[in-house]
Amino acid sequence: MPEGRDPSDNDANAMKMITAIIRPWKLDDLQMAVARLGVQGITVTEVTGYGRQRGHSEHYKGSEYQVEFVPKLRVEIVLDEASAEAVVEAISNVCRTGKTGDGKIFLAPVGEAVRIRTRESGAAAA
Amino acid sequence: MHQDNKRTKGSSLMRGLGAALLMMLPALVFAQDAPPPPNKGDVSWLMTSTVLVILMTIPGLALFYGGMVRNKNVLSLLMQVMIVFCVGVLLFAVFGYSVAFSEGSNAFFGGFGKVFLKGMTGDSLTGTFSKATNIPELGFFCFQATFAAITPALIVGAFAERIKFSALLVFILIWLAFAYYPIAHMVWFWSGPDAYTTAEAGAAANVNAGFLFNKGALDFAGGTVVHINAGIAGLVGCLLIGKRLGYGQTALPPHNLPMVMIGSALLWVGWFGFNVGSNLEANGFATLVFTNTLLATAAATLAWMFGEWIVKGSPTMLGAASGAVAGLVAITPACGWVGPMGSIAIGVLAALICLWAVSGLKKMLGYDDSLDVFGVHCIGGIVGALLTGVFNSPALGGTDVYDYVANAFPNPADYSIATHVISQAWGVGVTLLWSGIVSLVAFKVIDLTIGLRVTEEQEREGLDTVSHGERAYNG
Repeated sequence: MPEGRDPSDNDANAMKMITAIIRPWKLDDLQMAVARLGVQGITVTEVTGYGRQRGHSEHYKGSEYQVEFVPKLRVEIVLDEASAEAVVEAISNVCRTGKTGDGKIFLAPVGEAVRIRTRESGAAAA
Repeated sequence: MHQDNKRTKGSSLMRGLGAALLMMLPALVFAQDAPPPPNKGDVSWLMTSTVLVILMTIPGLALFYGGMVRNKNVLSLLMQVMIVFCVGVLLFAVFGYSVAFSEGSNAFFGGFGKVFLKGMTGDSLTGTFSKATNIPELGFFCFQATFAAITPALIVGAFAERIKFSALLVFILIWLAFAYYPIAHMVWFWSGPDAYTTAEAGAAANVNAGFLFNKGALDFAGGTVVHINAGIAGLVGCLLIGKRLGYGQTALPPHNLPMVMIGSALLWVGWFGFNVGSNLEANGFATLVFTNTLLATAAATLAWMFGEWIVKGSPTMLGAASGAVAGLVAITPACGWVGPMGSIAIGVLAALICLWAVSGLKKMLGYDDSLDVFGVHCIGGIVGALLTGVFNSPALGGTDVYDYVANAFPNPADYSIATHVISQAWGVGVTLLWSGIVSLVAFKVIDLTIGLRVTEEQEREGLDTVSHGERAYNG
């Protein structure tokens, strides 16, 4: 990374990471919605967790377990700051059912991005 | 053809008499010297049954247990079952068969006349439950060897996920020698039906018959010898080894319930060899044993399922699999003594009692019998053993006990359920005490020498990598 460079120095290179925790079956809808907005890269992980939506109970012979965690997907998209808001809104709309457990979206600034194949950096690499 | 018209009546009569005498000659010879040769149908069924019991253990029991533990321990269960099976059949060949099934000087241990299967060839014969009907002794040996191998394999479930592999192997050797072989001898050893020619001959034959056999304890296929025996050993083991880390606080759910179901289905199918093979003949009576094994298990599966549905809220696959096994365990001592409707009753009662044993009783007493060896095999075996005394009654559709001296069944009016249940209780009580004490001593000695349990760190890591240097699921 070039010396003394600060992401906020150059607005055109400012990037954000969108992290969305969503219901697993909403992935296809989300992918189509963000693709329509021009998003070209996405990373998906299977996660487990809870917010206000708690789990369920399971029983195996004599043992009963209260399973707190609920399976979700974590979707990460790194893109230029200017496009972020529209993508967040699209994700939010397409993933909403109105019931507890719809999920959350977090935004964080990204300091740098590099495309491995071409060695590009900055927003062009996001 | 034309020649026949010229024969006189007299000469054809002589010819007829001569022919009749010639035909009788083999029967005369056999009655005095050679025993009747085995029926090929009986031998085929005996060998087929043996194969089915092998299937029950590998892979039936192995998968049934393997699926119930966490995935870091699945190989340890598969290994323990498979290796214990191998140890079991080999030790039985060395001296187990001799101690269990040959005549000793007492009612508890047989002799050493047949160690290393001495003198036994393909022509050696042994009796069945019918007079003048024999089967090849090596066939009987193999059949019983699979019983002597699956029984110790059952025990491993009680202390799954924490036992040291070497400790288990040593325990099995001690337990087979001092618990399984004598108990099998006590329940099953007799001189065979052909010895019961007169009342005096019968009494003489009984002198060195098994102790529990003489008490009148009925155990057609091994409810006492196999299930109560293994079950109490399992309870003693899990109490001495202690609970798994996290038991009661963390969830320890089965890692592969499809595997459990496959195992339970293989057990059910194989059990037809276990129960029906114990008839030692492929005849009409065998089909009664088959019927009992089929109906009791189906009834038990449904009873457990409905019981669980009502009390716990949902009918589970694990419950169905467990219910089937509970029914099979309970019908094992009874399958050759009760009628089909009696077997349904036994299945239902055993399932409901075992369902309580693996949930209510277990929670009440707080032991970690990981795969419910005590709750299903011991409790189920006790229920089945006691109910055998009840449903063997002719009034309840049972067969009663054949009198080999009179060569007839007793008067049905003479059947006393109380007397028979007391005989059954003898079998239950002696087995619980004998096997329990042998197990206690064996586990204690092993714990003081090589140690029974893996370390805490090893238990957290998982037995597959720690004890066997392998991972079950790679990639």
